[in-house]
Amino acid sequence: MLLLDCPWCGPRDETEYHYGGQAHVRYPQVPADLTDQEWAEYLFFRDNPEGPFAERWVHSTGCRRWFNVMRDTTSYRVLAVYRPTDPRPEGSR
Amino acid sequence: MTTNPLPEHPALLWRNPEPKPSYDAIVVGGGGHGLATAYYLARNHGIGNVAVLEKGWLAGGNMARNTTIIRSNYLWDESAGIYEFALKQWERLPEELDYDFLFSQRGVLNLAHTLQDVREARRRVDANRLNGVDAEWLDAEEVAEVCPIVNISPDVRYPVLGATLQPRAGIAKHDHVAWAFARAADALGVDLIQNCAVTGFVKDGDRVVGVRTTRGTVNAGVVGLAAAGHSGVLAEQAGFRLPVRSQPLQALVSELYEPVHPTVVMSNHVHVYVSQAHKGELVMGAGVDSYNGYGRRGSFHVIERQMAAAIELFPIFARAHVLRTWGGIVDVSPDASPIIGRTPVENLYVNCGWGTGGFKATPSAGWTMAHTMATGEPHPLNAPFSLERFTTGALIDEHGAAAVAH
Amino acid sequence: MSAQPHRLPSGGRIDRDTVLRLTVDGQELTGHPGDTVASAMLAAGRLDVAPSIYRGRPRGIVAAGVEEPNALLEVLGRCSESMLPATTVSLVDGLAVRTLSGLGRLDPTGDEAVYDKKFAHTDVLVVGAGPAGLAAAWAAARSGARVILLDEQSEPGGSLLSCREETVNGSPALDWVREVVAELESAPEATVLSRTTAFGSYDDNYVVAVQHRTDHLGHPAPEGMSRRRVWHIRAARVVIATGAHERPLVFAGNDRPGVLLASAVRGYLNRYAVAPCSRAVVSTTNDSAYDTVTDLVAAGVEVAAVIDARPTLSPRAAEVAGTGVRVVPGSAVVETTGASRVDGVLVGALDEDGLLGGDVEADVETIACDLLAVSGGWSPVVHLHSQRQGRLRWDEVLAAFVPEGTVRGQRVAGSARGTFDLGGCLEEGTEAGVAAAVAAGFPIEAEAPVGRAATGEYGPVRQLWLVPGRRGEPADWHEHFVDLQRDQTVADVWRATGAGLRGIEHVKRHTSIGTAHDQGRTSAVNAIGVLAAALGGTPGEIGTTSYRAPYTPVSFAALAGRERGDLFDPERTTPIHPWHVAHGARFEIVGQWLRPRYFPRDGEDIDAAVARESRAARRGVAMMDASTLGKIEVCGADAGEFLDRVYTNAHRRLPVGSARYGVMCKPDGMILDDGVNLRLDENRFLLTTTTGGAAGVLDWLEEWLQTEWPELDVYCTSVTEQWTTIAVVGPKSRQVVARVAPDLDVSAEAFPFMTFRETTLASGVPARICRISFSGELAYEINVSGWYGLAVWEQLYAAGADLDITPYGTETMHVLRAEKGYPIVGQDTDGTVTPQDAGMDWVVSKRKDFIGNRSYTRADTARADRRHLIGLLPVDRVTRLPEGTQIIAPDTPVTPERGPVPMLGHVTSSYHSEALGRPFALALVAGGRDRIGETLIAQVGDSPVEVLVAGPVLYDPEGNRRDG
Repeated sequence: MLLLDCPWCGPRDETEYHYGGQAHVRYPQVPADLTDQEWAEYLFFRDNPEGPFAERWVHSTGCRRWFNVMRDTTSYRVLAVYRPTDPRPEGSR
Repeated sequence: MTTNPLPEHPALLWRNPEPKPSYDAIVVGGGGHGLATAYYLARNHGIGNVAVLEKGWLAGGNMARNTTIIRSNYLWDESAGIYEFALKQWERLPEELDYDFLFSQRGVLNLAHTLQDVREARRRVDANRLNGVDAEWLDAEEVAEVCPIVNISPDVRYPVLGATLQPRAGIAKHDHVAWAFARAADALGVDLIQNCAVTGFVKDGDRVVGVRTTRGTVNAGVVGLAAAGHSGVLAEQAGFRLPVRSQPLQALVSELYEPVHPTVVMSNHVHVYVSQAHKGELVMGAGVDSYNGYGRRGSFHVIERQMAAAIELFPIFARAHVLRTWGGIVDVSPDASPIIGRTPVENLYVNCGWGTGGFKATPSAGWTMAHTMATGEPHPLNAPFSLERFTTGALIDEHGAAAVAH
Repeated sequence: MSAQPHRLPSGGRIDRDTVLRLTVDGQELTGHPGDTVASAMLAAGRLDVAPSIYRGRPRGIVAAGVEEPNALLEVLGRCSESMLPATTVSLVDGLAVRTLSGLGRLDPTGDEAVYDKKFAHTDVLVVGAGPAGLAAAWAAARSGARVILLDEQSEPGGSLLSCREETVNGSPALDWVREVVAELESAPEATVLSRTTAFGSYDDNYVVAVQHRTDHLGHPAPEGMSRRRVWHIRAARVVIATGAHERPLVFAGNDRPGVLLASAVRGYLNRYAVAPCSRAVVSTTNDSAYDTVTDLVAAGVEVAAVIDARPTLSPRAAEVAGTGVRVVPGSAVVETTGASRVDGVLVGALDEDGLLGGDVEADVETIACDLLAVSGGWSPVVHLHSQRQGRLRWDEVLAAFVPEGTVRGQRVAGSARGTFDLGGCLEEGTEAGVAAAVAAGFPIEAEAPVGRAATGEYGPVRQLWLVPGRRGEPADWHEHFVDLQRDQTVADVWRATGAGLRGIEHVKRHTSIGTAHDQGRTSAVNAIGVLAAALGGTPGEIGTTSYRAPYTPVSFAALAGRERGDLFDPERTTPIHPWHVAHGARFEIVGQWLRPRYFPRDGEDIDAAVARESRAARRGVAMMDASTLGKIEVCGADAGEFLDRVYTNAHRRLPVGSARYGVMCKPDGMILDDGVNLRLDENRFLLTTTTGGAAGVLDWLEEWLQTEWPELDVYCTSVTEQWTTIAVVGPKSRQVVARVAPDLDVSAEAFPFMTFRETTLASGVPARICRISFSGELAYEINVSGWYGLAVWEQLYAAGADLDITPYGTETMHVLRAEKGYPIVGQDTDGTVTPQDAGMDWVVSKRKDFIGNRSYTRADTARADRRHLIGLLPVDRVTRLPEGTQIIAPDTPVTPERGPVPMLGHVTSSYHSEALGRPFALALVAGGRDRIGETLIAQVGDSPVEVLVAGPVLYDPEGNRRDG
């Protein structure tokens, strides 16, 4: 049971959140300009590192807001929590 | 009351050789798929100069952690093809490998709890039958005849409206399966190298020519990745990305009980699947934890929810005891179907993305991967499961209508 | 009343004034409050339990706690429970048990007990109320921090409950225990829970424990009191003080009843006042067993000899030898004798390598006894530490795996970290409690209590993993048991290594050692030692298997808690639900909702009811509760722009007061959801979604807004529960609506299709009425506040009574919509269907971009022969195709045994149409739109059914009926 520190509500159990996968994957500005391969990368390919990983969570049963978490995918330790508008911490992917 | 222990293993399983400097083929990952790949490389293609490199102990990953369900009642033609091929192999492997791995064709029930479940189930039954996969639709009373402990009362939150039954499906003893393949591969000259982690790939231009390991560099003609949850990390070392996420999947066993559960029951709707293994323990799995994780552990609420669902379906389990829980790392692809085939790196092949379905596919994963590595071309069974499908859009989406993705 | 011949005349933590009756395998025994089933059995002189699981060998009680490998019970009663160790079941009057060979029985009687959960937050959690845990909790609680102290036993004290001479601060140790517990119980922020086992430790200091609350009461629990409670505890700091388990020794015949752990013998003597024997031999590798020796002597039990594997006497051994007890150094018990119980032991001398020296037959001494107490050293209970990936280190001196380093926010104290002396446990516990409180923000200092025990320093341990057999090789030692419960021996380990296995994980799987109910508590480290002996090397080089939750088994029902029956999952119903129930509706489950499926009258079956309901909708007037459809208000200056990006068709220029059907897709271009959307004003839309998709769509919108387009001024609010929606359908619907909404001009000219009006009903209820239709008929949707939903439903029903207004359910809704070719997302689509596939190219804008648009030009998505949604008409005009039926081309041989039969698609929806007077279906068929007019085969089981491919709109294709 992870303990995630919602930037707006404070620390809450994992069960209050939903997972949103890798953070910082922007929707392409003009999808039509992409090749099929590039579009496939956007659709389906995500980083899957063993170690620090910048990921998205949403506080679904709380404030319903999205935020980013840098978490180690092996130790499950939360290394940083930051708002979507904050810069990505060093060392994450 | 006394009972019988499991059958004895053969006196010799495998040698423990030192790695040679070079092999014709290297399989990275000594799980069920890796061992089967090595076995079929030797058996089907006469390539015996093969090493299986395992970073831990043989079959110590998902092979040791799965709930041992074997079935082939998948919806789409491509899936039915590869899983049914596996099932046909399962039916002959105990004899071929001369190893009693307790393959028990006790049937698998996939329960339907809503009208939508019923529609999807019946669609799958019809597709299965035309694909040569045995399948039947049972109403609730028939479900109770097959598995009397299922609660078919209409007065529960999600009543059982019926189920699909695949009579030829069942379970096998997972460790024994792996050891059977390992023993057979070893006997054909395959070197099974344990405690040997791959740390990088040796490339000549875009072509792989060897691997770097914690036990030195080993050259190879071809390299196949069969590393399940760790595929993405290896792919990154080789310089490409895979569309897979590694997530925790938990399972558990109970203590031993006198037989009460004659078959395998799966319910996608309430997220539980359960069988009673040969010694008498209930073996159960549930849904995948949501987050990426390599920790071989998940979160406890998933287990609790699974217990609630189990008792809803099987009131007799109320006073059963959970003995042990554990987690594996499953590599989940966007369409819940595997990826078997070429990679952007020449002579490097990949078999991954099985999610929760890997165990049952062990023979066909090995068979088709061996074919692909030996010939450089996919076998017809794995051709649809290429990486390219994510670009063309020709996904094989077993998420939606294929009942349970386990 | 049977006697208790082995009960000591005094002492013990039992209430001798009360006699309790117990039946074990039909044998009537007695005991006292404070007894366990095991202690009562031993008091009666009964040691034996059911024979071993595979080999049927006689077995007896071995331990006194959760580590018991043999004595498993089925506790009989209204709903029996199996696989409970006799050493952990508290005696209550009238208890009846059956001993088990390791195979439990599941009772088909329903378990009607209550189980619940409690979620607690604490500053300091201490697991284990032995000396270290009590000291830790005591120190931490003095800081004012919130402290929870858990212990699995029936009362706090841990190992001190089994002691005799130990003191703390100069007083008997149990006096100190009482004082500390009293202090904790009076502290406002401290909680002490006995019979509560912390069985799992999860990320971020989340510990899960199960509390046994009623079984020991001896009378039915108060109504509503949970039998077991699962505690979920989030702790700022955790102190693990879970103690250690003694290991048995591995030698020939070590499974014979009468071989007990030395510490267990001590526990039976002191805690339960039971002397389980009259003449004992003690075999040990370390000093701890000498406490058992002195306690046996004090209890008047003859100690025939102490067999100490260590070549020279330790100070403690010498001290005990000095009291006249015979101590044999450098030796071990090599065999036991006896039929159903030990009647003697054979003792042999060990050389430096642990081998039997000299002439084995001649040098072996036989000593008669009726009990052998064994101690092979101690294994710290490191489960909770290891479950959190805490590392372990092999300590060669202690002969134990001990915690290496700490887990963040946790400390291990006392014998759980290899500190086996009482003084050390108290000091470490105090230090850990202080540190935990300080780290949690409660500064405190505390001085450790001073503990004294007969055994001061824990002296050297001889590692003796395998006492040699008198003859043969290890591969032949089939009576040297490593795992009593799994009946596995040294020979089995040797067989595994002979097969090529080198690691403990493989050996565990090969032999099944350590996989039983006790999860290797007494066998795992011995197995590692034996394996080390087999392969050469140390246990540290072998390493351990993984420790996994639960620490001790937990019942499914306890884990399920209250989430059973009605509370398994919330059931959602609309405000009109009571009316539906009162009017005999049959329901279907859609997501969490219950929706009326049909309303049978006078014994009608579903077909008759649906035919009648359909007729009413097509010819008269009918009404349906559509409140379950998801409703989301989307507000803000950029609401129109946002919807343009999310829906495949344009919404920005939708006039206020108008409605538009919209489809949204995932980025891969596949249909996600659909619904009719209203523009309430310039900056406000009301979206509707499918019933099952509502929550997901809201999440989806929020995700895009917050993570991709935060610059858009848009807010989304779910209003599904705020509105009741009633569809009034049919050529006479205008009359009914006019009656309930007299202020509204309901004429087709004044109130055209795909518009809506705000009005006040005759009843005074404000309403939003839409001209939208999911049936092709003239239809209205009346939306009112959920508070008035039932009332307005009843008003409409009354207003249409003379027109025979007919309530209908989802089944008729499906027939009506399918006749018009309207797809249901999730039924006619399955995540692989694009709007174009579904025949809705018209809803896909060519002038703007939207989520998913890019995907339509991919090779596979652009194929012309994708599966299209089309209509199917069974040629025989009779067969109603089962939904899910596969479609094949004519003349396709149906010979699946010879290989897959090529399939073109499948039936997604199938009904009898009252309006068409025939059955019909919708289907997804490869290249279907190019096959209109062709005849295909629907393969129904073994029967081919000819079907004519038609366009999806089978009823009123011109749309003449929608204005009435």
